[in-house]
Amino acid sequence: MDKSSAPTPVDQPSDDEGELTRLHPNYAHALRVQAALTAIPFLIGSLVLETAFRDQAAFPSGIIAGPVLLIALALIIRIPARRYHARGYQISADRLRVVRGLLWRSDTVVPFSRVQHIDVHQGPLERFFGIATLTLHTAGNHNASVALPGLEEARAREMREDIRAHIRRESL
Amino acid sequence: MIQPQRTAPISVVLGAIGSIRSAIIPAIAVAFSGIGGAGRMLGAIGVVVAAAIIGTLFSYIAWRRLTYTIGEQDIRVESGVLSRSARSVPYERIQDVSLEAKLLPRLLGLVAVKFETGAGGSEDLALTYLTTAEGERLRRLVRERRDDGQQAATSADPAASTSGDADKGDVLFAMGPRRLLRFGLFEFSLAVFAVLGGLLQYVDMVTDIDLWNGDLWRGWLEEQGTIIASLGPYAQAAGATAGLFGLALIGLATGILRTFARDWGFTLSRSTRGFRRQRGLFTRTDVVMPAHRVQALVIGTGFMRYRFGWHGLSFVSLAQDAGNESHVVAPFAQMDEIAPIVAAAGFHLPDERINWHRASRRHRNDTAIISALPFVVAAILGAVLAPLGVALIPLGLAVVMAGAQLYAWEFRRHAIDPEQIFSTTGLMSPTSRIATRQKLHSVEIAQGPLARWRGYATVHLGLAGGSFSIPGMPLKTARILRASILDTIAATDYSQIDAPLDQAFNTDQSGLAANLAAT
Repeated sequence: MDKSSAPTPVDQPSDDEGELTRLHPNYAHALRVQAALTAIPFLIGSLVLETAFRDQAAFPSGIIAGPVLLIALALIIRIPARRYHARGYQISADRLRVVRGLLWRSDTVVPFSRVQHIDVHQGPLERFFGIATLTLHTAGNHNASVALPGLEEARAREMREDIRAHIRRESL
Repeated sequence: MIQPQRTAPISVVLGAIGSIRSAIIPAIAVAFSGIGGAGRMLGAIGVVVAAAIIGTLFSYIAWRRLTYTIGEQDIRVESGVLSRSARSVPYERIQDVSLEAKLLPRLLGLVAVKFETGAGGSEDLALTYLTTAEGERLRRLVRERRDDGQQAATSADPAASTSGDADKGDVLFAMGPRRLLRFGLFEFSLAVFAVLGGLLQYVDMVTDIDLWNGDLWRGWLEEQGTIIASLGPYAQAAGATAGLFGLALIGLATGILRTFARDWGFTLSRSTRGFRRQRGLFTRTDVVMPAHRVQALVIGTGFMRYRFGWHGLSFVSLAQDAGNESHVVAPFAQMDEIAPIVAAAGFHLPDERINWHRASRRHRNDTAIISALPFVVAAILGAVLAPLGVALIPLGLAVVMAGAQLYAWEFRRHAIDPEQIFSTTGLMSPTSRIATRQKLHSVEIAQGPLARWRGYATVHLGLAGGSFSIPGMPLKTARILRASILDTIAATDYSQIDAPLDQAFNTDQSGLAANLAAT
């Protein structure tokens, strides 16, 4: 076994109240761009409806596009920041803890010895922002893959190497 | 040995028969459809003959092109006519090898050999068909090769060296015809009517008879109705009773027949290689599961059979059993019969001393309110819109729902001991799950908005081949539970390096369990 596994988990159990590591700030920007891209078709659609009903006196102008614009702005400006703050991770000698979710909180711990394989994935947006998603695959039916997005790319690769060192040959 | 081999040549015949069988219903449809006038009988025979020829041809080519190789490390299967595919499965990834003989192959002395890898259903490797002797030989070979590879990794089964023959083990559980009959009585099923409905729909599609035409049925009903009406009230009541009685009889008969067909000659034995289960009247299956691959146990029951003390035991593992996620190892047994099987699998049932925990009371109250809410809304609407008495019905239902939830809480509990986690749910028919702490893969604490406000959580345990979650646990308990499970998982690794540390840790572990008990 390698030296990185030397610190025993007995003396320092993963502290649930412990400080979570923040994700890379670019992750919030990536979420924002993603939200904007999702919102654009709806904005266009609302503008089209707006022009279609312009002649009708019953509708004051902006009754459709206005709310859509407000919702879109909330989704682009407010929600990504909150989602970013809701997410975090904590890596210790033998386990990774991933916390996520605004309304539906989820707090998952994966022991490294149970990891089947590891992915580091970058979409086009993530590549632009220099971040990556680390995904741990386990053999369990629930949480078969635990994704941790918004890591700095070099950090994700480093974590992958760290975790890989812990995966031992083990029969299920 | 390394040479590529083919499956048994008679499988070509079986392939042809299979294609004839799938051609029979279209052939009948042709015969009765009214297309083609007088020549349609000839047409129907033509369809069958064509199916036979094409089927034989295709299955012959497929047979010629499929080879399997028993290598040193893996089994390789190459197949495909136009697009070739080669699949290799390493021995150590094979969860279990099952032999399945459907009625027709069984008459010809053939079996389908399935290699379960945990990849799920259709992705698993299967060789159809080999001769029974070849299938048995292959299975023994796979087991030997796999165990050779693993001897270094896992500690050998202590029983392995003592008993001789690998396949003949102690019978742990068997069901005779009397037991099957009793089991069948509890398997009451009206599925036969669903099948009939499906058939009628098929007939509707391929023939001119318009089954869903209302007029046809109305005419028939009116005709019958006048007859019934002329009989008088007593005869009507008798008729209804007879109808219900007939329905019950059909349901019971279906249950018994299905049980006999599925579980005839059910035998579970423990051999040195693991558990072996044989069952089936027409389709005989023979499954071997290595004991150390059993991830968790599920003990289920039914509403009626629970009253008579009958339970069913299943093993959860990565392998699948005919589409089910876990293997049934004792479908219908008393708890004192289940206990030895549980022990043989390396698990133990919760004993008297174990400290059961209930879900949080807040969770109980919330679920009761939520389940009653729709009925309360309906009652309010009813009170406003409908005549006076109507609102009482949903109101009564709301009370019943809330009461059921409150009562069910008494039966929803979980416990943890140094090796295992137990959870029991179910008001009328309790289901218990037992998982080894060490064999879990992840622990998640999930909270919805309501759960966060009220301070409880659902704990999802990552179980290979199954699911295990405990809802409504107080957040603090959930965190302690998670910490102790994760420490068990981590300790497993370190025990291989440092035995004294492991022992020291075990005492620490029981301290944690006591800690949990205290909360």
